[in-house]
Amino acid sequence: MDSTFSTAHVFKIYLTESRMEFLKTIRTPAFAIPSLLFPIMFYAFFGLVFNRNGMGGQAPTYLLATYGVFGVMGPALFSFGVGVASEKQQGWLALKQVSPMPIGAYIVAKVMGSMLFGLIIMLQLFIIGALFGDVVMTRYQWVATLLVTLLGSLPFCALGLWLGLKFSSQAAPAVVNLIYLPMSFLSGLWIPMQLFPELMQSIAFALPSFHLAQLVLKIQGNDLGYHWLMHLGCLALISALLFALSAQAFKKVSQPN
Amino acid sequence: MQVDSNCVITVENTSKRFADVAAVNNVSMSMREGQITGLLGPNGAGKTTLINLLLGRLIADQGQISIAGHAPGTMAARQQIGAILQSTQLPDTLTIKEHIELFSSYYKMPMPMDEVIAITGLEDLTKRRFNTLSGGQKQRLYFALSICGNPKVVFLDEPTVGLDAQARREFWQCMRDLAERGTSILLTTHYLEEADALAEQVYLMHRGEITHKGTPDSLKAALGGKKIRFISDLDTGFFMRFADVQQVIRNNLHVELQSSNAEHTLAQLFAENTQIQDLVVEQSSLEEAFINLTANHSAELGE
Repeated sequence: MDSTFSTAHVFKIYLTESRMEFLKTIRTPAFAIPSLLFPIMFYAFFGLVFNRNGMGGQAPTYLLATYGVFGVMGPALFSFGVGVASEKQQGWLALKQVSPMPIGAYIVAKVMGSMLFGLIIMLQLFIIGALFGDVVMTRYQWVATLLVTLLGSLPFCALGLWLGLKFSSQAAPAVVNLIYLPMSFLSGLWIPMQLFPELMQSIAFALPSFHLAQLVLKIQGNDLGYHWLMHLGCLALISALLFALSAQAFKKVSQPN
Repeated sequence: MQVDSNCVITVENTSKRFADVAAVNNVSMSMREGQITGLLGPNGAGKTTLINLLLGRLIADQGQISIAGHAPGTMAARQQIGAILQSTQLPDTLTIKEHIELFSSYYKMPMPMDEVIAITGLEDLTKRRFNTLSGGQKQRLYFALSICGNPKVVFLDEPTVGLDAQARREFWQCMRDLAERGTSILLTTHYLEEADALAEQVYLMHRGEITHKGTPDSLKAALGGKKIRFISDLDTGFFMRFADVQQVIRNNLHVELQSSNAEHTLAQLFAENTQIQDLVVEQSSLEEAFINLTANHSAELGE
């Protein structure tokens, strides 16, 4: 019997896997509610209530981009970081590896699941930004903001994957939070980068969230002024490194002790 | 080694070492279509390591393994197998039906959903989420996942651990139904009773080696039969002369005889009108039988 799948079959596997991943997540309110509500709450609070007229009236637009980045990072880091760690520990991952599941389906389903959450978060931010923050952008800027943030969640998927493979299910949630929150702050997602001392600005260059935020801010012209290729290159480099680390960790996880 | 065309699994002279321990040492075995094979042995005998080699989760240091003609761990081999692994948990919030649907999607020619559910007796539970299931129900769901792809071989590693007698018997029926459809089952267990009830052939593993191969009856005979226990104030030496008694142990009031043929020993015991009370005859447990087997083995070798 031929062991390769037909294209239609592969598509069906990826679709089923993605659907189950989404159902699994949406039925876990302890995960779904905070990741859907926190970015909106923070944005409403810091972007609309307090800094309404900050940055020469640009604050609601600027923070729409950075809280968007903050919003899509959450589901990517948590569905991979915490999800993979617990599925590894439960033995569900091992059972899938023994089955004929293509490993790509497992990863793509999690990417799809976190992007769908990211999409919901972005649309919520867009609506309240436009309605209550008087954010005005061109059609091209709205669409580009959405696409760049969603695709920009990929490096965080890779980071989450590595953490999930590396840490136990008990440790993973704490580790993810310890990375997620300081990294968001240091990348200027909560307070604009321009207000940071120079030393902190240089630290930010090591963080994928800084580069993604700068790319999204470039769409509206509120970035620090570096070339977009530099940011894209850094993101690609960081992703490749994390993916290589994940592949190594995956090999270790696949061997029962 | 002779290659039988009906063999779905062949293992030839396979070894796997961890550091300086030979977890699996020069093991050969084969399984035919529709056969239930028991893989027995005490904890640490190497059963799970052997299963992991067959599943392709570990790579053998030496030897040849064929899963329906394919190397273990390849996509082609994985299409032909299903498995229950030890101590697995599934995501809590998916239902039985969703779990089965997901695993079925991985296989080229899955079993129809209704059939999977009928064989595993999960008809009334399809909409229940994983975290609401009892131990026995979870075990039947794992079984459903292992068979939903219509595999040629199913590996069940300690599938009935932690189940009560009722649930265990229900599970046995599921396995018999599956074997009747032509699926081969490799069952690891440390319950001799379980292998006895189900298996056509058994392999006994001890310290990484296959020490016995045959029918369950031949294994029981080789393992030294039954334990006869009763209250008596007679001397232990008195019982040593009885037919087929291998060992006599006194434990306060109780005397315990290890017999290779309990029927003969009891016949003589009754014929001589020996004064005994509170008689119990039981199957030697596998662990006990092992102690005997290894003790006998050493004795034969004059160690």
